[in-house]
Amino acid sequence: MYDVIIIGAGVSGCAAARELSRYDLKVLVVESAEDVCCGTSKANSAIVHAGYDAKPGTLMAKLNVEGNRMMEQVCQDLDVPFDRIGSLVVCRSDEDRSVLDKLLEQGRQNNVPGLRIVDRDELKEMEPHITDETQWALYAPTGGVVCPFTLTVAYAENAAANGVQFMFDTCVDQVIPTQSDTGKFFVLETSKGQLQAEVVVNAAGVYADRFHNQVSKEKIHITPRRGSYNLMDKSAGNHVRHVIFPLPSDKGKGTLVTPTVHGNLLIGPTAVDIEDPEGTNTTAQELDAVVQTSGKYIADIPYRETITSFAGLRAHEDGHEFRIGEVEDCPGFVDCAGIESPGLTSAPAIGVMVAECVSKILNAEKKMDFDPLREGVLDPKTLTPEAYIELIRQEPAYGNIVCRCESITEGEIIDAIRRTPGAKSLDGVKRRTRAGMGRCQAGFCSPRVMEILSRELGVPLEEITKSGGESRIIVGKDKFAG
Amino acid sequence: MNRTKIAVIGGGPAGLAAAIEAKKAGEDSILVLERDRCLGGILNQCIHNGFGLHTFKEELTGPEYAQRFIDQVRELEIPCRLGTMVMSIAMAEDGSSDKIVTYLNHEEGLVQLRAEAVILAMGCRERPRGALNIPGFRPAGIYTAGTAQKLVNIDGFMPGRSVVILGSGDIGLIMARRMTLEGAKVQAVAELMPYSGGLKRNIVQCLDDFGIPLKLSHTVVNIEGKERVKAVTIAKVDERNKPIPGTEERFECDTLLLSCGLLPENELTSGLGAVISPVTRGPEVNESLETSIPGVFACGNVLHVHDLVDFVSQEAAQAGRNAARFVQGQAGETPTPDIRVTAENGVRYTVPEIINPGRMEDTLTLRFRVGAVYQDIYESVYVNDRRILHRKKKIAAPGEMETVVIKKDSFDQAGEVKSITVRLEEE
Repeated sequence: MYDVIIIGAGVSGCAAARELSRYDLKVLVVESAEDVCCGTSKANSAIVHAGYDAKPGTLMAKLNVEGNRMMEQVCQDLDVPFDRIGSLVVCRSDEDRSVLDKLLEQGRQNNVPGLRIVDRDELKEMEPHITDETQWALYAPTGGVVCPFTLTVAYAENAAANGVQFMFDTCVDQVIPTQSDTGKFFVLETSKGQLQAEVVVNAAGVYADRFHNQVSKEKIHITPRRGSYNLMDKSAGNHVRHVIFPLPSDKGKGTLVTPTVHGNLLIGPTAVDIEDPEGTNTTAQELDAVVQTSGKYIADIPYRETITSFAGLRAHEDGHEFRIGEVEDCPGFVDCAGIESPGLTSAPAIGVMVAECVSKILNAEKKMDFDPLREGVLDPKTLTPEAYIELIRQEPAYGNIVCRCESITEGEIIDAIRRTPGAKSLDGVKRRTRAGMGRCQAGFCSPRVMEILSRELGVPLEEITKSGGESRIIVGKDKFAG
Repeated sequence: MNRTKIAVIGGGPAGLAAAIEAKKAGEDSILVLERDRCLGGILNQCIHNGFGLHTFKEELTGPEYAQRFIDQVRELEIPCRLGTMVMSIAMAEDGSSDKIVTYLNHEEGLVQLRAEAVILAMGCRERPRGALNIPGFRPAGIYTAGTAQKLVNIDGFMPGRSVVILGSGDIGLIMARRMTLEGAKVQAVAELMPYSGGLKRNIVQCLDDFGIPLKLSHTVVNIEGKERVKAVTIAKVDERNKPIPGTEERFECDTLLLSCGLLPENELTSGLGAVISPVTRGPEVNESLETSIPGVFACGNVLHVHDLVDFVSQEAAQAGRNAARFVQGQAGETPTPDIRVTAENGVRYTVPEIINPGRMEDTLTLRFRVGAVYQDIYESVYVNDRRILHRKKKIAAPGEMETVVIKKDSFDQAGEVKSITVRLEEE
């Protein structure tokens, strides 16, 4: 019997796990995929929003601004790349200026610091590639970019270091509220058997409505809202300097153009409501739309430098609001649902809110030995030449470059595999180290990373996958080898 | 700081030939830096034959061709560092024309090497799926042809059993045959353009001989399969390369191989500040194969993508010779102004892009590619208004590099050189 089971190892579930690990509780995170950060958390804009978009007075507005404020400290404690580069909402006509004014006013009500309107001249100075039609912008200096993979992984690693357990490849089927002589608890029917917990945290992303509706009479509905993106080479990363949004629409914040925290250029997303909660495929229409829309306010985007395109699903709840807290008609069941944008930004605040809610239910005490710090995978490029040479002397694997595009060494890959929870697949290695995330998109390094995974995990090469399940890279030996 | 006269970046066919030629030109201080665990570069995974017809007048496999150069490097005692990644190349800060090459390996650690001349021979990479904007899921089972070639030929593994190939570049064609010989079913090769990007001989020997259909003007419009590829849909495209609705054809398969073009790997070159050609995506070079940075030479696929390794070796030898002349102080003054070669009327680019007639050797090999398929066309070179070369070609196609050799004395006859033009002409 666990005190708490968290369903879902996305950024919300992992942030909640880490904040709960401050308490003297037995916590388990169950995840249907093979790793953390496999759903919405891995395919989004990677933006830390300032907080002027959300309607004043909503939980979304509150947690966005709080999360933004907390991000610096969290990223420092957990060693996560974060850059407060500022954001701009641009408009192309004087009539649209009123929308910016409204956003500005909304932002002030939400307590977003430093907001101001900039005119075309200043905008051109800030963003030389702005199109001729673009007239005004709302500037938010607190906007930024973060690495969503590292943030999620870091939360998970720090949670694990503080005692939280993780079960992967475990699909929850049913959450059953149960009454026994000793009290109320939950039985979770999973693909790996029964699990029991006093409190369940529902951080299941696009599946969160399923679990909520299993235990509550008040039904909720979540729509997977797909967003497609184009990612460009680092050579294009300086094309813009801020996160640049068009005017928002009823479907969201629109197609943005931004440098990523690692120096690539990212454009997207679209917003298309779909039925399939696994429908992360891109379509020609959406990829076209990304190009068409972004080109309206940023000129000369070097689309030719595109290295990959991808799609992610937002967990859009009908009320467009975060639903966080104990479900009224099911005590002990804590929702963390409807976490769409600005969910990544809000994650630090969401984690705290969930942990406070759960600890209250369980009357939990804080631990004395909680360690808030996590050290990231060592990037030897950040060392002085002398320190680098010394590192290679001790660990020669840091002298072997495996991913030539991102200059990732064997030492970093081994580190990522040996962590808890560690990388088990090519994508797991990629998200933790960036090996395979560069311009050749793993063409050169994947056979080498497979070798290292096989050796470190003690499994045959044939069993190495791209991302768990049936995603094996090779299907067998060739005639000569076989 | 470690020193060398000539640093050769890359120990593939280009780097090896350049190092050998520099040594033969009398330069002893050479260091070859190779990122892989052995010399030979991509040739090691090209176990099919057909290499060396021009150079050795016999058909060799890739590894055999490479070995001939590796043997020479050993005989000439040219030092090579393996497992060594060059992290950056920069100008020395003391105002000299020396370059600082920073490299990494697990024996020496991070090393700064001071070189008087650098020969760039890093090769190229394959265009990945993302660069092609193919819609659909992103499961396992999508590989560039070169990655599949490494898995099969070096590692001994099959990347799949039932295959569709997009792109008819040479590696894709070679892999269509290779996968078939290994027992896989290659269902089709789709090519976006109305012509193949590969050599004619490869289409005959790798597709026609095995009954594999080549579908020109086709592209992939969908990839199915969440974990592993389950099916690939291709469709015919119109003149603007847009898929035509209603022409879709769905293939159940577990693998999609991509052979859609090669991109010179010029991140080090850009980092050094050399001018890069937007057409070849390699550095712009002059008649000595010297980049815009004096003492930095380029050859092979890092300069522009080749079809035949024989031409890589020839080009690299020239770069090696000129690098040796540079460090021996024989490159000489620049007696005449640089002339930028004009590529027009069907000629997409030339290498070199810039010619200094005063520094030309007796003959100069000018390589270029055409932009479409042409039949019974003339390739012409003009100096000023004077046509100095006029040659009939039965067929010229983008997939086959064109070569013309121009003589220095034909320049001399033209008087003061004001322009050099390479163009296709109907007659």
